[in-house]
Amino acid sequence: MTTAEFGTHNWGMVVDIDKCIGCNACVIACQAENNIPINTQDRVERARSISWIRVERYWEGDFPDAKARFIPIMCQHCENAPCEPVCPVYATYHNSEGMNIQVYNRCVGTRYCANGCPYIVRFFNYWEPVWPESLRNHLNPDVTVRSRGIMEKCSFCVHRIRHESRKARSEGHEILDGAVQTACSSACPTSALNFGNFNDPNSKVSKMRGDKRHYTLLDQFGTDPNVIYLAKIDADKKVGAGEAATHG
Amino acid sequence: MQQRRELDQVYTNRKLLNGQLDTPKWWAPTVTILGIVVVLGLIVIAVMINKGLGMTGLARPVYWGLFITTFVFWVGISHAGIMISAILRLTQAEWRRPVTRAAELLTVFSLLTALVFPLIHAGRPWRIAYWIMPYDLARGIYPNIRSPLNMDPVAISTYLTGSTLFLYIALLPDLGNLRDRTTGWKNAMYTVLALGWRGNPRQWKMQTVGGILLSALMLPIFVSVHSIVSWDFAVASAVEGWHSTIFAPYFVIGAVHSGVSAVVTMMALMRWLWKWDDFIRPEHFDALARLLIVVSTGWLGFTFLELIFALYGQDAPEIALREMQMFQWPWNGLFILFFLTAYAIPVPMWLFKRVRTNIALMFWTSILVNIGMWLERFLIIVPGLARRTPFVYTWEAYRPSAVEWTIFIWSFAWVTFLMLLFSKFFPLVPLFEQKESQVFTTDVMIGRAKVPAIIREAD
Repeated sequence: MTTAEFGTHNWGMVVDIDKCIGCNACVIACQAENNIPINTQDRVERARSISWIRVERYWEGDFPDAKARFIPIMCQHCENAPCEPVCPVYATYHNSEGMNIQVYNRCVGTRYCANGCPYIVRFFNYWEPVWPESLRNHLNPDVTVRSRGIMEKCSFCVHRIRHESRKARSEGHEILDGAVQTACSSACPTSALNFGNFNDPNSKVSKMRGDKRHYTLLDQFGTDPNVIYLAKIDADKKVGAGEAATHG
Repeated sequence: MQQRRELDQVYTNRKLLNGQLDTPKWWAPTVTILGIVVVLGLIVIAVMINKGLGMTGLARPVYWGLFITTFVFWVGISHAGIMISAILRLTQAEWRRPVTRAAELLTVFSLLTALVFPLIHAGRPWRIAYWIMPYDLARGIYPNIRSPLNMDPVAISTYLTGSTLFLYIALLPDLGNLRDRTTGWKNAMYTVLALGWRGNPRQWKMQTVGGILLSALMLPIFVSVHSIVSWDFAVASAVEGWHSTIFAPYFVIGAVHSGVSAVVTMMALMRWLWKWDDFIRPEHFDALARLLIVVSTGWLGFTFLELIFALYGQDAPEIALREMQMFQWPWNGLFILFFLTAYAIPVPMWLFKRVRTNIALMFWTSILVNIGMWLERFLIIVPGLARRTPFVYTWEAYRPSAVEWTIFIWSFAWVTFLMLLFSKFFPLVPLFEQKESQVFTTDVMIGRAKVPAIIREAD
């Protein structure tokens, strides 16, 4: 049974590639919101940087017709996630709201989940995270600072979801569409990133998902992600770009 | 049966107990040097646990490296014990007798070493307790039994318990023997360990039955342990080169290949170091090499099957991975080295009887096999992760660090250290097995008829 078949919420994201301008605002917003350690030059060179969301740039076509494309990639919160069954301690599991949850307390750091993930969106803390003295008071109190030796990844800003659901409950109504915004989606200047509830047929994301441009990443693995992409529209071509040509 | 010298029992006792009753000269310096390496290794492990896994060379997307390779390697070596003692015991291969104990020891000590690696490679080893044991039952948090990483400790600890018991049961008659030949605190130690062994018929019967029962019980474990280790990789559905359905038998037969080779290495060392030329004889090497030819060829079949599956399936990422493994630097260099050392050099050599009965050549070829089998595990584990996948933005980022190499070397020093320590207190060749096989081949005269000294009961 998938999350779509039970529960009131199935949180998900629709990423409209056509609107993405590759500005990296989402990356910075995520970095600030989720207490992600600073990716110093050294860590990037050692391939140990952490970024829960990243904007991948790729080239399409041959010179001189080459086009720069952007695609933001974060944890796909797969319904059938390869990372979940392999964790020996249930540090990562699927909750009833369609999210792939990482429980930092349980994690012992086998890194098995990261080996299984085809999207490469899971990150390991090789060292204890440190911030310069001047930034210490900037840490978000709602988000756990991860110690060394554990995995971390995009949480769909679970603290924001919890905050909104508490607020809605105290006010005596359901969470309104658009009330919950992740750090990345609220920072996106072009509304390429859209967050919402797929179980509500009238939500913005549910409607966007019906677009014929929709596709999911690496669907050959059958992971059934909760992050849906909308293909790039190319003015000079009939079909969308890249993946969309086959999946659109 | 090959021709062999008649050895009287006094000579057998004196010769095989030379490690315990009069220590060879090389023993103390060797153990001291190994001890220093072991302590240094333990310090490096402690520092790594204290500072963090940043001290390794691991980097995205290669999250498993040298430690897991070495873990699989030692689990593989541990298959020697059961192969030699249990399977050859049940199939009544007479030549197994002098090498059974060494093989079982290798099983126990290599498993103890293998267990260290998954623990130290975890990010927070101090939290390992609830990886293996259900904790906090009140909140319903169990370990995830779907994860092969959880089946690993179960399989390995069962194997370790079983093989320790197996080793101990086979040790009992020799402990009684040692108790009768020592004085002082050693006598007190052997008295406790021998569990009142008197060598009466009832004890012998129970000892034999216990050994046979344990052999039979260990067989399923023998198959399951390396199958489960292989599933650590086989269930990772998105990793090319890992998600293979033939991994379980492939790993088990590869483990026998490397384990039996390790026993050959050990036998040669025992023959040289303790001067047991009368007990560990060229015909034993001959028999083991024949076994190895069969096992290694079966294993080679699986290696080719893996490649054929990739070609037959026409799965582009899988073919790309094989291409990287075999034709791209530095993997191609390792691949050639692997193929030469694990099969192409030793196995054709073993086809000649002159090689099979030459102890020095057997020693070196068996070492080659284990270099090759270590490389095989490395070539399965690392390229599968290091390959360039659709969404990876750094790849082939892994280079083992000095810390990892130190711990790798530590594991070898540690196993040798434990072996030598064991040899100081317990005989490495089972005395009673040796004498029993001697008696089996002895004839006695009854009247005018010449009959075997012992008639084996029909099984």
